Formats: sequence, C-alpha cells, structure tokens
Amino acid sequence: MGALSTVGLLVWKDLTLELRTKEILTAMGVFALLAAVIFNFAFSPSPAQALALLPGMLWVTLTFAATLGLSRSFVLERDQQCLEALRLFPSDRSLIYLGKAAANLLFLLVVEALILPAMAVISGVALLPYLLPLALVLLLGSVGLVAVGTIFSAISVNTRIREVLLPVLLFPIASPVLISGVKATMGILAGRTLLDVLPGLRILAIFDLMFVVLGYLLFDFLLEE
Amino acid sequence: MLPRLALQNAQRIHGEPVHAVEAGNLEKAFGAVQALRRVTLEVPAGESLVIFGPNGAGKTTLIKILATLMRPSSGRLRLFGRDPQRDDDLRRLIGVVSHHSYLYGGLTAAENLLFAARMYGLPDAAGRAGELIETVGLGARRYDLVRTFSRGMLQRLTIARALVHNPPLLLLDEPYTGLDRQAAGLFTDLLADLRGERTIVLTTHSIEQGLALADRIVILVDGAVAYESRDGLEDQHAVGQLYAEFVRSSAWVH
Amino acid sequence: MAVTAEKRVVVARAGPDRSVAFIWLGLVLIVIGQFMALLYAPEEVTMGNAQRIFYVHVPAAWIGFLAFAVVFGASLGYLFTRRRAFDLAAHASTEVGVVFTTLAILSGSVWGRYAWGTWWTWDPRLTTTFMLWLIYVVSLMVRAYGGTGSQAARFAAVLGVIGFLDIPLIHLSVVWWRSLHPLPVVIRPEGFGSGLHPAMLQALLVNVAAFTVFYVALFSVRRRQMAAADALAELKHDESRRPAARWTAGAQEVS
Repeated sequence: MGALSTVGLLVWKDLTLELRTKEILTAMGVFALLAAVIFNFAFSPSPAQALALLPGMLWVTLTFAATLGLSRSFVLERDQQCLEALRLFPSDRSLIYLGKAAANLLFLLVVEALILPAMAVISGVALLPYLLPLALVLLLGSVGLVAVGTIFSAISVNTRIREVLLPVLLFPIASPVLISGVKATMGILAGRTLLDVLPGLRILAIFDLMFVVLGYLLFDFLLEE
Repeated sequence: MLPRLALQNAQRIHGEPVHAVEAGNLEKAFGAVQALRRVTLEVPAGESLVIFGPNGAGKTTLIKILATLMRPSSGRLRLFGRDPQRDDDLRRLIGVVSHHSYLYGGLTAAENLLFAARMYGLPDAAGRAGELIETVGLGARRYDLVRTFSRGMLQRLTIARALVHNPPLLLLDEPYTGLDRQAAGLFTDLLADLRGERTIVLTTHSIEQGLALADRIVILVDGAVAYESRDGLEDQHAVGQLYAEFVRSSAWVH
Repeated sequence: MAVTAEKRVVVARAGPDRSVAFIWLGLVLIVIGQFMALLYAPEEVTMGNAQRIFYVHVPAAWIGFLAFAVVFGASLGYLFTRRRAFDLAAHASTEVGVVFTTLAILSGSVWGRYAWGTWWTWDPRLTTTFMLWLIYVVSLMVRAYGGTGSQAARFAAVLGVIGFLDIPLIHLSVVWWRSLHPLPVVIRPEGFGSGLHPAMLQALLVNVAAFTVFYVALFSVRRRQMAAADALAELKHDESRRPAARWTAGAQEVS
C-alpha cells in the first residue's frame, strides 16, 4: 500500500475522530478568539498601534493554539495503547508521524482561517488586501510549527509534566518560525512585497523542510521501547 | 490469501522446517532492571504455546519483543525464518491481542475494523471487516461507537481486529484480564477454533484457561524460563502445583 | 546494554588520576589565561578595563557551543547504536555545557552593561547564545521528567539532534529580525574579530585553550560519575534478587 494512501488513511482516522467530538477544533478556536480579545484589552491599541501589534498578537495566539491541538493529538492515541497498534501495521512507522503532522496541520489551518477575520474585526485592521501573501506566510509557519510540534507532542505525552513540557520544548526550537513569521507579516501589512520579505520566507521554508525530514527520520526511533 | 501462502512457503527452507517463532537468548534490560534473561523459545508452526508467570516475570516484555514492538537488548529473533528488524512486511504475519483493546473509542466497530483492514492493504477491506464483525457476533452493534461497548464485547472486537489480515501467528498478552467467567469461556472457545491452523503464543495468569488451549507450556519467572514442557502435558493438577511452587519460591526472592 | 558483570565494571573503572590531572591542567591554564587577560593584554581603547570580561565571555560562549556539538555527536551515536555510553556522554556534556553557557550569558550581560549601558541587548550572538541556553535547560527537563532510563535517553537524543540543527536557523532569523535595529555604533562585537591587538589575541587564545581543557576535564569527571552511578544501581538491583530456584519435576529441567 502506497505511502500516500497510508498517510491519507491516518489523516482520515484523525479527522473522523475529531469531527465527531470537535474537541480539538473547539478548544483551539475558542482559545484563539479569547486570546485576541484579551490582547486588545491588555494593550488597548489605537488604530495605528493595532497595525503594529497585530503580527505579534496573531503569531503568539496561533502558537499557543497550536500547542493545544498538538497535545491532544497524541493523548487520544494513549487511551487503548492505539499508538502501539499503529506500530503493528506493516507500513513504515515513520508514516505515523506524517499522518499525525498532516492532521495537526489541517486543524491548525482551519483555526487560522477562522481567527484571521476575527482578529481583523477585533483589531480594526484591514487584512483582506493582503490575504494571499499572508496566507503563504501562515502556511509556511504552520507547517514548521506542526513539524516540530508533532515530534515534541509524542515526547511530552509520555512524561509526567506533559502539559508544560510541550510548550517549553516548542517555543525555543520553533523560535525561528515565530521570529520570521512575525517579521514577514509585519512587512506584508506595511505594504511590502513578498520579495522584500524573502529572507524570512527562506528561513521558514528551510525550517519546514529540515524538520519534516528530521521528524520522518527520527520518529521510529522515538517510539521504540 | 496471502498470509496462508506465506506460512506454507515458510515451512520449508532448505528442507528444514522453519519455526513460526525462534527466539535465542533474548535479553532485555530497562536501566538497572533485567526484565528478560537468556530466554530461548522455539515455536513450530501450528503450535499453541501458553506462557505462565507471576507478575513482573517478563511476560509482557517477551510478547512485545515477539510482536516487534520492543527491541531486545541482545539475542536473536526470527519469525518464520526472517528477521523482523529488517523486514517491516513481516508484521503482516502477526496478529496481537493485548489487554488494551487497540480500539478507538470515538469510532464505530465497523470503522475500527475498516481502518485496520485498509492499513493492512487488504483488497475488499470493507467486506472483510464486515465478515469478521459477524464472526465474533457483534453484527448488531457494528455502527455503535466502541466507547459504548462492554469489556467482553471489546475483547471480541479486539480479536476480530487481530484476525482481520488472517495472520498465521497470534500473540496474546494476558487476554483474560478483566473478563468475567462467561466472557472468558467465550474467548477460549474462539481461540480453540483457531488452534492448529495458526500458531498461538499466549501469556496468562489463569491456569485453567491457559491449559485448555495449550499444546505446550512455559513458565517464566524473574525473566527466565524456569520450566518448559517437552513431551505432552502433565495433567492440570500437577502443572497447577508446579506453578504455585514457582510463585512461592520466586516471591521469596523479591 | 552491557550484560555481563565484567563489562559493567569496565565502564565505571576506577582511575581518577587522568581526570584529576586534566582538572589541574585546566585550572592552571585558566589562571595563566586570566592573568594574561588582566595584566598582559593591553587596555582596550574605548571601554577600558571593563572590557577584560571579554576574555571570559568569548571562551565561555565557545565552550557552550562546543559542548552542544558534543551533545549532537553523542546523540547521533545513541541513535545509531543505542549504547548507553553515548547517552552518558550526551548527558554529561549537556550538564557541563549549560554551566558554561550560563557563564557566557552572565558575562555577556555584564559586558553589555559597561559597553552600552544596558544589562541586555538583542545582539544576534548574545540572543542565539541565550536560545542555546534555553535548549540546554529544556534538555535537562526532558531527562528529568522523561520517564525511565532508555525512554528519557531516546527523547534527549532526539532533542540533541533537533536542537543542534536548529541553532543556525535561530541565528539566521535573529539576524534578519535585528536588521532593522542596528547595533549601537559605539562598540560592535564584530569589530573585535579584525583589528585585534596581537597581545589581546594571544590572551584570548590562551583562555580559549584553557576553557577547552577545563571542559574536557569536567566532562570526563561527570561522565564517569554517571557511569559509576549506573553500575552501582545495577549491582544493587542484582544483589536484591537471588537466582531463581532450580526446579526438578521429573520433566525437563531448565535453569
């Protein structure tokens, strides 16, 4: 059975589970919305300030929302040792990583699609004219967050302090995503072209490629006993 | 059906019978704790081997290693003559029943089996999944969420899932855990049907159920094979006494 | 995992002489290096004597990164061989590395205080060093909370590989991030690379060598300690278990 169909099947499984309960999407979505509101209370930005603050607020919100979703994704495998069951299938065990990461990415992208208009409205910043370049930056950044987040989720779910360990692992390692993502978003909202923010896009792309490959290579070793 | 063919082919290599399981001097250490010590087992195809042992004897560790879920610290393992560490495809020949159900509570019975059937790349996955659900008597509940199942029903579905790809080797780790007498009996009946045509390696506490299924028994104590029956089985009373004696003497050692 | 008793003892073999020699050598070199830093090297033009902390900051930072490279190598080793020796090396280097990196950050901060009047700037190199420090700390957390021996070892090894490969990306992104905020014109750390007075360079190199020797010494000592603790735990565990009693039942006897 092809690798693509295996990954597709794994994503189907996670999607079906999630669509029934909508636990993950609800948690991520509500959290992101609350964060946007709280930021506005905390900073009380004027319209000019709002534009400057939005990129940071957006990325911080998304990163925290991502950790919510990421930590759930392996918790639901723990219940009946389903992760063990996945390792029993004859397919390449590293495909489990790709399947999980793909599903996590899907959830994160859905939440982003919802939160972007919400933040635009709450902050009073017009995002629509910049939609396409923004979408690209968000996509690249999300892939990066999910690539390392899935690895760290598999690690932290097996520890005593799992809720704390995931963000603590994620933030330092994913800092290039945060840093480049924020700066690129700032550039785009200031009217710059994608060419101007190319250094940032390059960093995001290298990060994505490197850690998807690393995740794939290391996952089997990670799950071993 | 692919797995059956593989079994027949596996049985003769260079004119010698190939065992379903060949474990040589398996060792497993977790940090300072030695969970398995020089465990050697040979299980010919079609045999039903039952492994008894007190808690902490290493039964789960052994089954996990045989199931390729765990790497031994040292030692040799061959399944149907092949090395599972080099051969992902070998997992196609193994079906595992753990005391965890391996089932997703948020999916229906049908979805769980369909998922498994598709992951094994079976042609007509849906048909096969349906067939097995009927076989274990859960046809009426196929569209119910597994979350709603009783322990006995979970166990039946677990075995259905383990059989979906028709594996010639079945590994069962304490499958009787949490089953009441009736469910345990039903389970034994199910397994008894499979005896002979498949190789079964089963670990359990329960002497009664275990002996009902065993062609041979092994007693594992403190990670080592303390007793292995060779020609036929002693009667249940004698084995029961043997086992009790072991548990007593090993309990003293801890 | 070593199986026989003999092998375990070898890993924790007594023989402190070599490590102790290294420690003494390192200490002597550090004393010499610091003397050179304080007396031999000329006073720096702009900052005055406060600049001399540079002779602690740069070697410490260098060791911080060297130690992490060792963690990376040892993590790869563990990944490919699963031998405990690699895990111990990675663990020891993580512990020693975090100490040197802490020193690097603190000295960097003090230097910044005297050079630019603030305790912290987001200078790319200092920032990257700080991120390295965070990754070290997280590695120690993973080892502490990662569960039983081999599981924590595996997790830490994965983090060691990921963290090391991430550092260049972190640095690149910080550089890009800071490119809109040029460093204070007064003193640029980059300036020290070129135009360094020969005596300064000599003092610096001696200190770098001294710190490196000291790192090797601390690393060896720590690694031995861990190996010994390992061996002790195993011996203790074996002692509390007597070999399972032999059993004769008239059937096959297997011991």
